[in-house]
Amino acid sequence: MTFRNKTAIAGIGETEFSKNSGRSTLHMACEAILAALADAGLQPNDIDGIIKMSANDDIQEIDLLRSLGLSNLRVFHDVPHGGGAACGTVTGAARAIAAGAADVIVCFRSLNERSERRFGYSKVGGGVGGYMAYNIPMGFVTPAQWVAMFGQRYLHDFGWTTEEFGHLAILIRKHASTNPHAMMYNREIDMEDYLNARWITEPLRLFDCTLDTDGACAVVVVSAEKAKQLKSQPAYIAGAAQGTGSRTQMMTSYQRPSISTLEEATATANEVYRIAELDPSRIDQANLYDHFTPMVLMTLESYGFAPRGKAPDLVRSGRLGLDGDLPLNPHGGHLGDGYLHGFSHILEGVRQIRGTANNQVKRSVKTTLATSGTGVPTSAIILSSEAY
Amino acid sequence: MSTYRKETVPIPVPSPITQPFWDATKEHRLLLQTCDSGHIFYYARSHCPNCLSSQLEWVEASGRGKLYSYTVAWREQSPDFAADVPYIIAAITLDEGPRMTSLLVETKPEDVEIDGAVELVWDDVSPEISMPYFRPVAKVGAA
Ligand SMILES: [Zn+2]
Repeated sequence: MTFRNKTAIAGIGETEFSKNSGRSTLHMACEAILAALADAGLQPNDIDGIIKMSANDDIQEIDLLRSLGLSNLRVFHDVPHGGGAACGTVTGAARAIAAGAADVIVCFRSLNERSERRFGYSKVGGGVGGYMAYNIPMGFVTPAQWVAMFGQRYLHDFGWTTEEFGHLAILIRKHASTNPHAMMYNREIDMEDYLNARWITEPLRLFDCTLDTDGACAVVVVSAEKAKQLKSQPAYIAGAAQGTGSRTQMMTSYQRPSISTLEEATATANEVYRIAELDPSRIDQANLYDHFTPMVLMTLESYGFAPRGKAPDLVRSGRLGLDGDLPLNPHGGHLGDGYLHGFSHILEGVRQIRGTANNQVKRSVKTTLATSGTGVPTSAIILSSEAY
Repeated sequence: MSTYRKETVPIPVPSPITQPFWDATKEHRLLLQTCDSGHIFYYARSHCPNCLSSQLEWVEASGRGKLYSYTVAWREQSPDFAADVPYIIAAITLDEGPRMTSLLVETKPEDVEIDGAVELVWDDVSPEISMPYFRPVAKVGAA
């Protein structure tokens, strides 16, 4: 017996996404959490759990306790490893509620990654310890560079060119272009734009890379029974899982047998399908972590939507469009909507199930998949419109 | 004074376990570790990642390998490396088996070949530490 469909996302909330929020991450976190509570028809005092991901964000539970006037948390965790944690927070909430440890758990992400602390540029200075002593002094400083190494080997192993990354970037930016919430609203790109854009770290060009973003997202997780009594349509948590791979470092796990596949994504896929008792053919719509295009190709393969090395064929097939049978990142993902480290993908899944998305896909959506950061220990959830 | 970079920072800070590795770099020796079952690995650790043995010895690598993957840093992503762009970051599969990250030097981005043969060169970045970098092995018959 698992916790399949024992819990649900009952409320979602988010701020605008921008290049300069003009307010603190704590301020935005409170806005997103209050919006999620209002969406569910709950009050701050109903919260008895907070599960967060804190990489590059210094908000503590106690800050939220003070700010939201709370006093009694029964469950509080922090999920590690950057963007890999996003679905892991919801996974932790689902497990805790199914175990009877809490009733209303809030999960959130709040970032001023564009205006305060950018991932894509970092001063290192004097000395580096730990295993990064073997990476950073080699000029190996940013996530884009760490991911580029995976992408380069992927192209080599399967005989593709960077145009395949381009087709994916163009598709996701097309989705963003019709979403008014997206940072890249009305800013579609074509292959000429893609190929003419500057290299960031070859084989990654500008449009292969996510957008450093300010913003916040939050969800409220409750039991399935409680969700039925609340204001908004529940998105039942059919499956939720975390996973790791071999010889793991933070995005530099090059000592593995192969880096043209994502071991932790494959492990997480197997587990989330096991919990949900589904296979990939049952996923109606996917919101895959897209900080860099090559990792999305490998994620499509890890989650069983394409054979290994064949994801570019799937991208070119048209099946991932808004009118396709497996619409991918209808909100415009991290490449076009904004980079909320996997959290915006969770919210989009809920909206697609409710039928309230800005880019509501053409097909009916009963199940959605959201995946979190790649190249790091990661996580995924499957949401369902019915508690099957 | 670096041969291959404009700056000499950042440099590695040795730990008790990695100190012998970095000490050997001064003598231009690239050290791997081997356990009593003969597993060979990089980087320095207290236990063999294959069998968990703590009976470990240092062995010197041949300094030869193949380019497993690489990225060309065309755009500055850190002020420490701003003066070095474009530079080529590499993952090297050593002939002994382990894979390590390094810089690929003495070549141009358009000439880089995945799975091509590479060999070790040293860059003396401080009185205490030299950095192990790699360059392509000149092809037999090439001008
Ligand atoms: Zn061993």
